[in-house]
This record gives sequence, structure tokens and C-alpha cells, in this order.
Amino acid sequence: MTSQRAFREALLNPATPVPDGLCDGKGQSAGRRYAVYRNNVTVSLKEAMVTAFPLVRKLIGRQLFDQLATEFVRAHPPRTPLMMAYGAELPRFVENAPTFKHIGYLGDAARLDLAMRASYHAADADPLTAAALSEMEPEDLWQSHFKLAPATRILRSPWPLFDIWQYNMVPDAPKPQPVQQDVLITRIDFDPAPLALPAGGADWLAALDAGTPFGAANDLIFGCVPEFDLAACLTLALTAQALISPSSKEPK
Amino acid sequence: MDGSHRAFDRLPHAPGIGYKPQHFNALRADPHPVEWIEVHAENYMGDGGRPLAQLSALSEQFPLSIHGVGLSIGGEGPLDTDHLARLKKLCDWAKPASFSEHLAWSTHGSEFLNDLLPLPYTEATLARVAAQIDQLQSTLNRRILLENPSSYLAFEESDLSETDFLTELAHRTSCGFLLDVNNVFVSSTNLGYEPLAYLRAFPTEHVGEIHVGGHDADHDDQGAPLLIDSHGTPVDNQVWQLLGETLALTGPKPVLVEWDNDVPDWAVLRAEAARVAALLPA
Repeated sequence: MTSQRAFREALLNPATPVPDGLCDGKGQSAGRRYAVYRNNVTVSLKEAMVTAFPLVRKLIGRQLFDQLATEFVRAHPPRTPLMMAYGAELPRFVENAPTFKHIGYLGDAARLDLAMRASYHAADADPLTAAALSEMEPEDLWQSHFKLAPATRILRSPWPLFDIWQYNMVPDAPKPQPVQQDVLITRIDFDPAPLALPAGGADWLAALDAGTPFGAANDLIFGCVPEFDLAACLTLALTAQALISPSSKEPK
Repeated sequence: MDGSHRAFDRLPHAPGIGYKPQHFNALRADPHPVEWIEVHAENYMGDGGRPLAQLSALSEQFPLSIHGVGLSIGGEGPLDTDHLARLKKLCDWAKPASFSEHLAWSTHGSEFLNDLLPLPYTEATLARVAAQIDQLQSTLNRRILLENPSSYLAFEESDLSETDFLTELAHRTSCGFLLDVNNVFVSSTNLGYEPLAYLRAFPTEHVGEIHVGGHDADHDDQGAPLLIDSHGTPVDNQVWQLLGETLALTGPKPVLVEWDNDVPDWAVLRAEAARVAALLPA
């Protein structure tokens, strides 16, 4: 008998011999035939990695990414059949891998790739609009609660993460400057896009999403980030469709 | 989405294609598109965004087949109930004309291996697979179609032929079959049997859908041909011939062209579907 445990054992480890009990059509040992499954598993998982991590791949190049993916799929096979969720362990993996840990920002680059994909598959929602805000009485606005849209993601980074994304993924973009950048990812219609958040922006959005009323969130951030520019952050959040109003109707 | 209109509750006896997102606009703009489409279930399990919007629009225009690739019906462990729930949610929402899965396993313990792995044909496998098909059919509240695998090797312990195994599965579960003719060609070449003998022994009365697709050629340690089910090339001429022989046994069926890797332009895929049409009675 060839158990699935034995069959699996040799799949992701080429050093393990072909399991017993497998043959060709004439009863000869399976040999190279088993390698078809070995190859299918590894190649399909590595292809999933290529799709999932475009920025990481651009940063380290095809050859090194291939090496990284080979090591990663052996260490972290998927935990569910939802391949759209595969690779969540990659940021920590690259931060601890001897070959890559000198590239300090690679972990955050992987987090950005993950957040872009999560945003792509997130639920649809009607965004909070400037028009809706302008209809509100100031005291109502100050008491209002807003939430992040399901497709909105916020990444805090000690690296110029937005600049790194832009320089590698957008033609003719400027070189990254040595600054810390928090990144806002939003999705207008179907394609997620990152933006650099101004100072205090990430904390402000997080406060709103945690249920802090609009006025209190503004006061909170002014209190700890003196250069916080409410108008700039609000304009950016509305233009990028980062927010929803919890009282607004669910889209069909 | 309203699945109750027109005759979208069954797949027509006509050519269909495995849908790829890059063909969305071309497919919608084609004045003579194929008559039905198939999608992989696992690609439409997000919460929203483009995949679900496309599927919603397409399901208004085409009868839909949902083809699962991740349930691991042949797994030694129990079925993943989270994944069963996802399949049910998708089917309840998209209301496909047909749901199919594979005679294979892909999950071991908590690991998903992302490939269709082979099974020995024994009474023990039969009992386990029959129970898991029962569970799937009662969860989805519909009859499912099970696809015959591409085989690269055999198990010494097997004491049933694949066709006897499938015949008995249909008897025990009332499931139907998705007969993949390319898989028949690949397996029969790889394991050295006659594809026509396989087809004559196949429970063809339970076939609800047929697949054709491309394969690659390799060889084993002895230099014997080893065909790989790759879905990355045009359908081989010998597979077209075998499709004609299959249709002579089954009668007209929904026939799908699968092309999953190195996906060509819509026009090339459409031309492959036209070759199917030429083999189906008008």
C-alpha cells in the first residue's frame, strides 16, 4: 500500500526516494513518472508566487525569486485550497532568510504585494463621497463614524515603501528618498492602487476605523502629530475612496 | 443575479470554453461566441472585485459550469468543511448549470498541494470516495460530475480497473461524469492500454460533459512515452479523433476546450471550439 502520507513526503523533497508501490503500466517501478507530480506541485506553487508577489520579484530579479520561491513552497505549502490567499508567511520568511535579510525592505515589499491582492478580492462597497460630506451639518459631521472600505489597506513602514513600489512598478518614476512612508491601498472599481500617506494619516484612518467619531479622531491626531494636515488627508481619503459610511446601504 | 431566466439550467450539447479573465471583452463582443463557459471554482471565492463582477455579467449571457479543482475528494482525511461551505456559497450565488470535481486528492493533513494526485483503485478507495461524493452532493443539493484523471503511474495495490471503479461509483452515489478525452488519451498512452477499449468500458450513460485540451510529450526512464496533461497547447490531432469516437459512443454532449497555460488570444481559442462544433451533430 502507498499511503498519501508517503506519497506526499517525497513530493516537496527531491532528496526523498520515490515511494514504494508505484509502477508503470507493466509493473516496472514508477521512477521518473512520479517526478511528474513532484514537478507539477512545485511548478504550480511557484507560479502562484510569481502572480502574488510582483514587487518582490522585481526587486530581487527572476533568478533569485525562483530560488526564494523554491525554498518558500517547501517550507510553507498552502494551508487551504484558496490559492488567492497563498503566501502570507513570505514577509517573515524573507526577513529571516540568510540570502535576503540584508535587503531590509523586502519584508514590507512582500506585505505590500499581499495587501494589493487582498484588496483586489475584497468586497465591493459604496464609498464615502465629498458630496455626501458636504450635505452634512458641521456638528453632525463631527459626530459621524466612518469605516475603512473593505478593499482599503494601510501599511506602516520604516522604509520609503511607496517610493520603492513606484520606482519599480511605474515607468519613469523618481528614485526613492530616505524617508519613512505609510502606504494606503485602495480600490476604485477593480484595480487596487497604493498612495503615500501624509504624516498622521495612518493613525487618523485607524482611529476612524476603530470607531472614533470624526471630530474626536481629528483632535486625537492633532494632539500627537502637530504637522497633521486634516484637509490633505481627508481629500486623499475621499479621492481614493478609502472610506465608507457605516450607515450607508450595503451594495447589492 | 437571476439564474431563472432562459435555459441556463443545463449545458447545451455544444462547444464551450474554459473562461480566462483576459478574454472577457473579446468574448462579450463576439457576435458568435461559444454557447457556454466553465470557470474554476477556487478563482471566484473572494468577497468581491473584478472576478465576481465578471462572473455575474457572464452568467447573464452564458450557461455556466463550475469546475472545482481543490476539494480533494479522494483524500484520506475528511473533506474540508470550510471549503465545502465556500463551494455551496458560490453555487447558491452563481447558480451554475453544472458542478464538477476531480477523482483525485490534493489535501494532506493541513496542507494543500495544488495538484491532482492519483488514487489506487481498491474497495477501500471506492468506499471513501463514494462517501465524500455523497457528502458533496448533499451539501450542494445537486448531482455532481466527476472527472476521470490523467495518470502518469499506477498503484501495485489497485485491483479494479478505472472504468470498473467509476461504474461502481456511479452505482453507489448516482454521480455523473465529466469525461476528459485528453485524459483518456494521456492515461492510455502512459499506462499502455487501448483508449477505445477504455471508452467502451466507460459508464457513458452517465456522462454529462466532455473535456478536450492539449498535452505535452515526455518519456519515462525506459524511454517509453510519457504524456503530460498540460493544457498549454492546441488539442492533439489524435485527441480530436478520439473525441469523434467518444461522441459516437455517448451521443451529443457539452464539449469544453480547456487551455489554462500560455493562454492564446480569444480567436485561437474560438477556432478550437469551432473544431468541436464540426464534430457535434448540428
